[in-house]
Amino acid sequence: MKIERREFLKLGAAVAVGLGGGMTLDVLTKAKPAAAETTTDAVGTKVSSKALHAKRWAMVIDASKFKTEADFRRVEEACVKAHNIPDFGPDSKHQIKWTWEEPFTRTFYGVDDPYLPEAIKKENFPVMCNHCENPPCVRVCPTQATFKRPDGIVGMDYHRCIGCRFCMAACPFGARSFNFVDPRPHIKDINPDFPTRTKGVVEKCNFCMERLDQGLMPVCVEASNGAMFFGDLDDPTSDVRKILDTHYAIRRKPELGTGPSVFYLVGGGGAGA
Amino acid sequence: MIYGGKKIFAGLFIFVVLLISPFLANIGKADAQPNPSLNTPTIDALAAKQCVGSAQFMRTYHMQLLNEWRDQALRHGEYTYVNSQGQKFTISLENTCLKCHSNEQQFCNTCHTYVGVTPYCWECHQKGATQ
Repeated sequence: MKIERREFLKLGAAVAVGLGGGMTLDVLTKAKPAAAETTTDAVGTKVSSKALHAKRWAMVIDASKFKTEADFRRVEEACVKAHNIPDFGPDSKHQIKWTWEEPFTRTFYGVDDPYLPEAIKKENFPVMCNHCENPPCVRVCPTQATFKRPDGIVGMDYHRCIGCRFCMAACPFGARSFNFVDPRPHIKDINPDFPTRTKGVVEKCNFCMERLDQGLMPVCVEASNGAMFFGDLDDPTSDVRKILDTHYAIRRKPELGTGPSVFYLVGGGGAGA
Repeated sequence: MIYGGKKIFAGLFIFVVLLISPFLANIGKADAQPNPSLNTPTIDALAAKQCVGSAQFMRTYHMQLLNEWRDQALRHGEYTYVNSQGQKFTISLENTCLKCHSNEQQFCNTCHTYVGVTPYCWECHQKGATQ
């Protein structure tokens, strides 16, 4: 059978369309199961589709709600348990601190005016890494083991930490601790879902980045019974911005220009929100 | 003939034999290949026994993949890995890798000992944490 040139071209075009269409359909059918697979992965682990994102994470601490020793302990113990922080006793030089308690003069150094109310001067405050906007620890780290994430959290990559402790010297808040000895034998109640640290690395609060990625709030915020608030400083509708818009909040050592992300409501009144 | 040649050549011969004695001792013996065991209760329960990559890929590149996973999760906050098949996995050594590979002695150490590497994963990460 002889095919005319025109017939051959028509046939060719039809075949091309058929093949193309077939491939498109194939792609569509393949894409479907992938799109449905958002909650569990191929081995059954939950894929966190509800991870929380922000431009800049920040915390507001309502100091008026930290009245008794139990208020501080509850928050600290929640953090210790979640992050496998070792306990060397309160006076040990090996002490590891992620969040702890400081008196007024050491929290707000330089604002301890003689005419402040005595009650405020006697108060204690929960302190932790401030996750600064301009973190000096990140600037001095020679291996980039500590870094600022795009969401404002100052993180630590313990794999890269060489234990030089420049960051500890640079941090104006003393928020970093060094592991002089293997911390593992000193962890009271080990949490199997979070790694421990090793001898020779510096560690600090991580704003619970592992929990944010699972859609959870930091443990201290959860344990604080409404004394701590967490949210996006860049979002005017977030919890922290609503409080900061209506209350007078102060930060630690603002004169240094590090731009802390932890705000304190001091002197009563409180957030009430 | 060099002076004292017999002693010299005898000495040299003994030296060379001593030098290659480990090879002589192992002549004819089969090289014991590492034989890692994959079987754990979790893996046996899987319908398709398939890791995040092919066995060949994982054998060759698991260390590079773990480095990439670390940077992705820690520095960029991306906890989802999509493999070449389009399947999604949560990036976590403890909760994804070790959930299946809970037999460190038979799985990890068999090859690591054979090639003489001592990775320091377990100084911080916890073995078989979810078991």
